[in-house]
Parts: sequence; structure tokens; C-alpha cells
Amino acid sequence: MTEQKPFVDIRHAQKSYGALEVLKDISLQVHRGEIVAIIGPSGSGKSTLLRAINDLDPLSGGEVWLEDTQVNKTLPHRQYEKHINQVRQNIGMVFQHFNLFHHLTVRENITLAPKLLKGISDEEANKLAEEQLNKVGMIERIDYYPSQLSGGQKQRVAIARALAMKPKVMLFDEATSALDPELVEEVNQVMKALAEEHMTMIIVTHEMGFAESVCDRVLFMDQGVVVEEGPPEVMFRNPQNERTKNFLRKHLADANK
Amino acid sequence: MDVELMLKVYPFFVKAAWVTIQLSVLTTILGLICGSLGAAARLSRLRLFRIIGAAYVSFIRGTPALIQLFILYFGGPQVGIQLDAFEAGVIGLGVNIGAYMTETIRGAIIAIDKGQAEAARTLGMSRYQSMRYVILPQAARLMIRPLGVNINALIKGTALVAAISVIELTYTAQRYIGSTYKPFEMFLISGVLYMIIIYVTGRGIAWLDRKARIV
Repeated sequence: MTEQKPFVDIRHAQKSYGALEVLKDISLQVHRGEIVAIIGPSGSGKSTLLRAINDLDPLSGGEVWLEDTQVNKTLPHRQYEKHINQVRQNIGMVFQHFNLFHHLTVRENITLAPKLLKGISDEEANKLAEEQLNKVGMIERIDYYPSQLSGGQKQRVAIARALAMKPKVMLFDEATSALDPELVEEVNQVMKALAEEHMTMIIVTHEMGFAESVCDRVLFMDQGVVVEEGPPEVMFRNPQNERTKNFLRKHLADANK
Repeated sequence: MDVELMLKVYPFFVKAAWVTIQLSVLTTILGLICGSLGAAARLSRLRLFRIIGAAYVSFIRGTPALIQLFILYFGGPQVGIQLDAFEAGVIGLGVNIGAYMTETIRGAIIAIDKGQAEAARTLGMSRYQSMRYVILPQAARLMIRPLGVNINALIKGTALVAAISVIELTYTAQRYIGSTYKPFEMFLISGVLYMIIIYVTGRGIAWLDRKARIV
């Protein structure tokens, strides 16, 4: 890769809950358009790291930068709120449990934030919703409520909701882990389409096959450190570290059960 | 049972029921105001507000409503608060039920899955916007029935203001017992009228709850 300033830059991230250190001095640079997968056993700190990027789980030490802005600045409360709300508009996030707004229709789920934060008209907002729903193949469900959708459909709507803010980077926190196996593929398809548009993506996942086929780089985390990282063909075919090998072997065995 | 007497005096009880209804409505309004402020205080980011909210709830729930009414009505003038019986009744009962409503409202708000606020905040919404557009609309639906329970208790609680001589249903019964010596008949009329008020209110709450359901 050509030498350029990283798009997302995590410097010496450290996080503790009391005596428990869940992130131990992690640094990660992600370039524009790059797609990075973070894998590892549960409790390895991968979700915590992802949630530190938009300061949802603030770090105890270290810095997170998005382009030229430091995300986790220390500011007086009011100024911090203003700052973080601005920054978060640039960082889309997709959750394991979708977190769609239950009281709003699919359309309203997508238009709420753009209307509130970007001051766009109802008409523009509707167009935006239709555009994003077309993209994730959910336009027919535009006036449904979340409770009327399957898990896969919910997650596609959640992705559309995040995209409607026109983020610069997308974070996926185990986006397919809560789905029935037969619904995983439709969400993967949407994520693949995003990858083809060169969206910068950081993906915490248990789907090794997906990580291998879509990502530029794979990080293996365990016990709060990045044990090994590299291109997917190396990470999955020829990992160097013993812990990586063990994890992948166990994971494969489980997957084949 | 002296039915003839009951038929003769019941119009006075209906008038008294109207006072009970007024008391109930005003108390509900004041209770909802106190409850909303109390819940906001208890959920505040600021420690001082949380302490004030908690103190309010524990004082009110830790003492009998009757004592609170007496403090306000009989003790008030000593510290310069002059209220007539009806005003003292509304304020005393309203502030009282407000503490219970504080817990109802707070409970409904914290029952909303944390992921809802996280999703809102992740999109860039402020704490206020997340509360106003995401949490509260969902919590409001959850709190209708439990608030209905509070209101049910409050309507029956209005009987307490008979003790500071507000001429409502209970006081009226006592007054007519004084002249007729028929406690069974008099309390029965009051009881039936309370039941009608509570039944109608209950239906109203159930209707609201159905209306507010999503899909």
C-alpha cells in the first residue's frame, strides 16, 4: 500500500474495567477504502476496540483519530457532546441486535437522524430513505415496522439507516451473529456490495469465510492484544502464531459440527 | 336497608362525587408534573439532582400520606403557608402520588433497551434528541398501565382529604351518618360512586393503552 495518512488511526488504545485490562496498548491504522476484519474469541476485546472508535466505550488511555480529528478528546461536557455528535455522523455503526427504533417504521428509522441533524426536508428525507432501501433491497418494506421484519431484513434496514448519514467509515459489530444461518447471506451480500463501493469498513466477525473473501486485512485479537495480523490468505491459510492456529482450528471444528 | 333514604340523599352524594372527580383530575395532573420532574432528577447526569430526586421519593414513600396532608394543612400556617382544605388536598395528594409516578416513569425509561439509545447516539443524536425522539416515545407506551395503577390508588386516596374536611364522597358519607345514623347505607352510596369513577377511569386507561400499541 502506498504511504498515506491513515483514515482511522488508533494509537496505544488501553482500556480497563477496574483491575481487568481488556485492551492492552493496541494500535491500528486503517486506510481509506480499506476493509479490516477483527476476529478472536469472545472476551478478547474486539468489540470494545470497535466501540472505542466512535467513543461509545471510551478508552482509558490512548487516542482515536478519524482523518484530522481526534475522536476521544478531553473536553468540558457540553463541548465534548457537541464534538462527539459531529464526529459520530461520520461513523456508521451496525449492531449485533440491529437496534432499530421499534416505534418507527422502516422509513422513519432511516429519516429520523438526517432530518434532525442535517435539517433536510421531508421530501429529501424520503428520497434518501428510498435510495438507501433500494440499495439493501428493502424498498418493499418501507412502511413496515421493525417487528414485522425478519432478522436479516432488520439488519439490512439498520445498514441503510447508518448509510443514510453518509458516513466515511462503517463499523460492524458482529452484524450477523444474532441471525439464523439462512439469513446470514443476505446481510453478507449487502456488506459485499458496500465493499465494492470502497467503503472503509471495520468488521468484528465470527464469519471466517466472509472475512476471507471480503477483507483486505485480518486482525486476530486475544486477551486484549493483537496477536497477529495480515492479509486474509496468510491469516487463514498459513497463520504463524500458535494462538491464531489454535483459534482457527477450534473455530473450524465448531463450524463443521 | 333503608332504600327510601338512599334515594333521598343520593343527589348530594353525586355532587360530592363531582368534588372527588375534580380532586382526582387535579391531583393526577400535579402528580404527572411531579413524577416527570422526579424521574428527570433521578436520571440526571448531575449527582445533586439525583440526590434531590431520591430524597423526594424516600420521604414521600416513607411517611403516611395522611401525615403529609396534616403537615401541609395544619402545619403550613405555622411556616406561612395558608391553604384552604381543597388546595391542601390537591397539593398534598399530588406531591404524594408524584413520588410513586416518579418511580413508574423512571422504571419505564430504564426498561427501554440500552441499544436504542446507543443506536441514536451513534447516528450523532444528542442525549436530548435520543431521549425525546427514541426513548420517551417507547417508554410512554410502557408507562400507561402502571400509571393507571397509580391513578387508581390516587382516586381511592382522595378519601384521605375527608380528614381535613374537604366535602367529597367520604366526608359527605360521614356527615349524613351524623344526622341519619345509617352508616351502612351512607358508606354504600359512597362506595358505589367510587367504583363507578374507578371503572370509567380504568376503561379509559385500557383504551389509551390499546391505542398506543405499535402494530
